[in-house]
Amino acid sequence: MAFVRWFRRHLVVIAGLLTLGYLLLPNVIVTVFSFNKPKGRFNYQWQRFSVDAWKDPCGVADMCGSLSLSLQIAVWATLGATLLGTMIAFALVRYRFRARGAVSSLIFLPMAMPEVVMAASLLTLFLNMGAPLGFWTILIAHIMFCLSFVVTAVKARVMSMDPRLEQAAQDLYAGPVQTFLRVTLPLAAPGIAAGALLAFALSFDDFIITNFNAGSTVTFPMFVWGSAQRGTPVQINVIGTAMFCLAVLLVLVSMAIGTRRNRRKA
Amino acid sequence: MTTDNSGDVRLAGISKTYGSFSAVHPLDLTVPQGSFFALLGASGCGKTTTLRMIAGLEEPSTGTVHLGEQDVTHLPPYKRPVNTVFQSYALFPHLDIFENVAFGLRRRGIKSVKKQVEEMLDLVQLGEQARKKPHQLSGGQQQRVAVARALINHPKVLLLDEPLGALDLKLRRQMQLELKRIQTEVGITFVHVTHDQEEAMTMADTVAVMNGGRVEQLGAPTDLYENPQTTFVANFLGTSNLIKAEVDSGSGDEIVLKAGDGKLTLPKARCSAPTTAGGTVLVGIRPEKISLTHADDAGEIPAGRNRVSGTIAEASFIGVSTQYVVDSAVCPALAVYVQNVDRDPRLVPGADVVLHWSPAHTFGLDAAQDIDAGIETVEEEAA
Repeated sequence: MAFVRWFRRHLVVIAGLLTLGYLLLPNVIVTVFSFNKPKGRFNYQWQRFSVDAWKDPCGVADMCGSLSLSLQIAVWATLGATLLGTMIAFALVRYRFRARGAVSSLIFLPMAMPEVVMAASLLTLFLNMGAPLGFWTILIAHIMFCLSFVVTAVKARVMSMDPRLEQAAQDLYAGPVQTFLRVTLPLAAPGIAAGALLAFALSFDDFIITNFNAGSTVTFPMFVWGSAQRGTPVQINVIGTAMFCLAVLLVLVSMAIGTRRNRRKA
Repeated sequence: MTTDNSGDVRLAGISKTYGSFSAVHPLDLTVPQGSFFALLGASGCGKTTTLRMIAGLEEPSTGTVHLGEQDVTHLPPYKRPVNTVFQSYALFPHLDIFENVAFGLRRRGIKSVKKQVEEMLDLVQLGEQARKKPHQLSGGQQQRVAVARALINHPKVLLLDEPLGALDLKLRRQMQLELKRIQTEVGITFVHVTHDQEEAMTMADTVAVMNGGRVEQLGAPTDLYENPQTTFVANFLGTSNLIKAEVDSGSGDEIVLKAGDGKLTLPKARCSAPTTAGGTVLVGIRPEKISLTHADDAGEIPAGRNRVSGTIAEASFIGVSTQYVVDSAVCPALAVYVQNVDRDPRLVPGADVVLHWSPAHTFGLDAAQDIDAGIETVEEEAA
């Protein structure tokens, strides 16, 4: 009886922990297997603990080159998509123009389109234009599919902003540039940051569109896919774990800054 | 005070149209330096649009705006020596109270703002809250921040757009007195937009009553109340009894009117309508100016007073006074407020009474107007 009562009282917590476990189990596997010393070429069975891969993360031929390329593309795609997407979002919310509703819906179309179809048609487009496949075609494609997500994130934020705040800034001697920098941008910042993070994540791990339009260039997701045919080096798990830890660290730091600022203000 | 007139606001032929809709019809208005001026009207009457044209947030369709000698019609808001206290305050949520108040100073390139901001926050009794964010303050505190943020810039004119609308009644009364005190202290011209007639009358030196994009009447609160020129003003400011009457004869300074069987006298100076014999006029009288006498004592009423007889339909006792509704042949539902000095126990619903008042308290209005103008709007706002 006592157990049943205890179970009932803690049901929500138990369900929550189980769900969290379900979510995080893959990450745990990635991390654990980054310390494996596999026999043969495949890292699918646990053999014994080793930090060899951590000592030599770039030990696999071409892997770190593809990683650095993916990071470069992700940074540029994030910058491009965030800049364009923010401007589009402001235009859609703040200005009344013809076909505004139509444009608003069209922006979301790329999100609904099956990625593999878009990848194939993009390739057709690039080939017909005679564009050499590589870094630039990948970047153009990434900016394109990140745009919709940035627009969605920023638009939601801009819609909730009170236009009177900008009028108040103007009333308090802030010219158009000052109003934008001191009031509009800080208020829209959370939406822009969310859009940028989303764009970075989407671009960094995109495989389908990239694979179609990369030519002979190899990004990190393509490298992982390619090596999975011939054997999976432990270093892939090392990179995965490192990125996961970096993300967690960033979240913790931003949370710590947030609480400290609030405590100081209060 | 000196004869400095740099804080005068002069609007000349100013109007605003959106497409085919006229929000403000061409109007001329002068607000003298240092005065507390209220624009009063129901929502949609053009009062806020007029205010925004002074602030520069709205470009007038025609006409000019002058501040003192300077023509500011085409100056953007950030170049006008005018600041606004916005409806719902529009405090910057990402900045703390100190930075909100310092905003205007910083934008004008003033480096050392600490002393000024702290003095200003002390003036509005918020020195302790300087490092809080706006959402951590109560409505009344936010309102004071909005006033401090505007006043610290020493504007020539302070514009207030329904600044007390979001506060509860008690706090609103308190802030009315507070704002009036600040205005007297700093001597800046205040232009205050409100739909609350009591607020306008307690605070302002001059009130402009607006209706449908036009100024209906402009004057001191007592003037507007005692001598309304239109039915809208008569009904929107307080309550008025309006009785339709026919002009009988006009002799000298007085006009004699026929209402039902009785005769009413009205001073010619207090009648804003044309008075040709045989024409109709609306006779107005405020409820508190009327005395109520039981029909049995009608003989005791002094001669020379305007009389109307009727029957009490309702009586409600509200402490300082009793409010009666009296049905009469000349006008249904006349309102009468009687101070509770000596209560006559016979004055209960169903009793026959004579209403009488001094002709000097009577005013005359043009009968061509809507007799109910301004009534519904008041009830709507109160709801």
